[in-house]
Amino acid sequence: MASIITVSGLTKTYASGFQALKGVDLEIEEGEIFALLGPNGAGKTTMISIICGNMRASGGSVTVAGHDIVKSYRASRSAIGLVPQELHTDAFERVIDTVRFSRGLFGKPRNDAYVEKVLRDLSLWDKRNNKMLELSGGMKRRVMIAKALSHEPRVLFLDEPTAGVDVELRRDMWKLIGELRATGVTIILTTHYIEEAEEMADRVGVIDKGELILVEEKATLMKKLGRKTLTVSLGEPLHALPAELGEWNLSLNGDGCEIEYVFDTQASRTGVSSLLRRLGDLGIGYKDLNTQQSSLEDIFVSLVHQEKAA
Amino acid sequence: MSQFNHRAIWAIYRFELHRFSRTLLTGLLVPVITTSLYFVVFGGAIGSRMTQIDGVPYAAFIVPGLIMMSMFTESIFNASFGIYMPKFSGTIYELLSAPVSAVETVIAYVGAAATKSLAVGVIILITAHLFVDVQVDNPVAMAGFMILIAISFSLFGFIMGVWAQSFEQLQVIPMLLIMPMTFLGGAFYSIHMLAEPWRTITLFNPIVYLISGFRWTFFGHGDVGIEYSLLFIGVMLMVCLVVIGWIFRTGYRLKK
Repeated sequence: MASIITVSGLTKTYASGFQALKGVDLEIEEGEIFALLGPNGAGKTTMISIICGNMRASGGSVTVAGHDIVKSYRASRSAIGLVPQELHTDAFERVIDTVRFSRGLFGKPRNDAYVEKVLRDLSLWDKRNNKMLELSGGMKRRVMIAKALSHEPRVLFLDEPTAGVDVELRRDMWKLIGELRATGVTIILTTHYIEEAEEMADRVGVIDKGELILVEEKATLMKKLGRKTLTVSLGEPLHALPAELGEWNLSLNGDGCEIEYVFDTQASRTGVSSLLRRLGDLGIGYKDLNTQQSSLEDIFVSLVHQEKAA
Repeated sequence: MSQFNHRAIWAIYRFELHRFSRTLLTGLLVPVITTSLYFVVFGGAIGSRMTQIDGVPYAAFIVPGLIMMSMFTESIFNASFGIYMPKFSGTIYELLSAPVSAVETVIAYVGAAATKSLAVGVIILITAHLFVDVQVDNPVAMAGFMILIAISFSLFGFIMGVWAQSFEQLQVIPMLLIMPMTFLGGAFYSIHMLAEPWRTITLFNPIVYLISGFRWTFFGHGDVGIEYSLLFIGVMLMVCLVVIGWIFRTGYRLKK
């Protein structure tokens, strides 16, 4: 697929001397959902702010839909809808006015039918005449998305869309993002909830201390770095692991009632069947088996950890 | 796509006027009431004991000064608040991420503030007519002067709004600099009434030239020549435009 955003050698050093971005290269493909993961202060918001025009880069370049963000800022910004992390709204404005305002600000002619569609899609139509200050946090977030979509952008940036949002609303937001994607909009979201990236993203980028450590298809990433844990619930507790089980990397947990075996799903021989055979040979009975895929969170923690160790 | 974003100007302009309209009653009543008070105090109580100034009755003499004083504060307040509020509330992210140029931004915010300021100026002029018979010698020049003042002080206010990082800073220049300079700038008297060296010192106050010029459009004469008044407005406009150009080039207090 063609890339819609190209980031090359992007750097940002704040006046304080803090280096927020240290030469980031990234391609975003049209139509994908890209999740930018990273701990707080990793540079996620800095990168988005530069691409959208809220901040100046110290070095490097960015093009959006083929337009340089500095030289052709009108064209690049017209292609982007931005939903920032904080809920910044004009408290006394009505929902529909604030969405119309955004459309005008981006130079689009008034189009009531389109604005109505956006508001209906976001379940805001009933609230269109409410003032912003009358809305709940979740509804305000929706209005901000409606504002970002008001000028029919090709790319939507969602900076921490579910930060501080309860579980149910988060589910709603995920559903909504899925629906937006179906309309063909490219979505870039930042999050430090790994669950979120795992749930929605096509590709995942991990950023830490201003450097992009990794960019990968989510499925490949899970597969590549994915490990599974086999938990064997024993019939009788063991005091210690018998020496005969030494060739597997095992640990004894749950007061000797569980054996845990971590294995690589990609290995040609996982060692699962031989382990179970050996348990049988040793007369160790078991009542249940359970395997668990490691989550993106585990992958993420190990990546950031490696980075620190290196 | 590099054409002028006139729709953005219109959107911001409307947004600002809508903001003013939320406080329409106070916005219009305040100038009417203050003007009336000035006429009761200066025009009625004090003015009746005063002789004419340069052949103009005192109550009529203060009308141009009153209009100027209100327009200075209205222009600065509306323009500085207009750009300060989005900075304060964070909604400026949208303006910065929109395909809007510096010129368009300034036209929209300054245009809206100047509109409000002009409206206030006209209201004061009308209110003044209820109290005193004011002749306007040169109505076209008067209108032109009001427009120039509204625009240049709104530009100045825009700079204040970008510069300010707190509500206190937003107030400090209008209250501590513009107010005293206006009072000492001949809003309520002719500088010819001052003794030396005060008269000469007063000539260093730029506000003197502005009020004098505006008074000229009413009565055909001012404290200083009209050419100096126009020169001062021109200089003020240029300085403000240069500073605003610099603000947008460097992103000063707008972009990190």
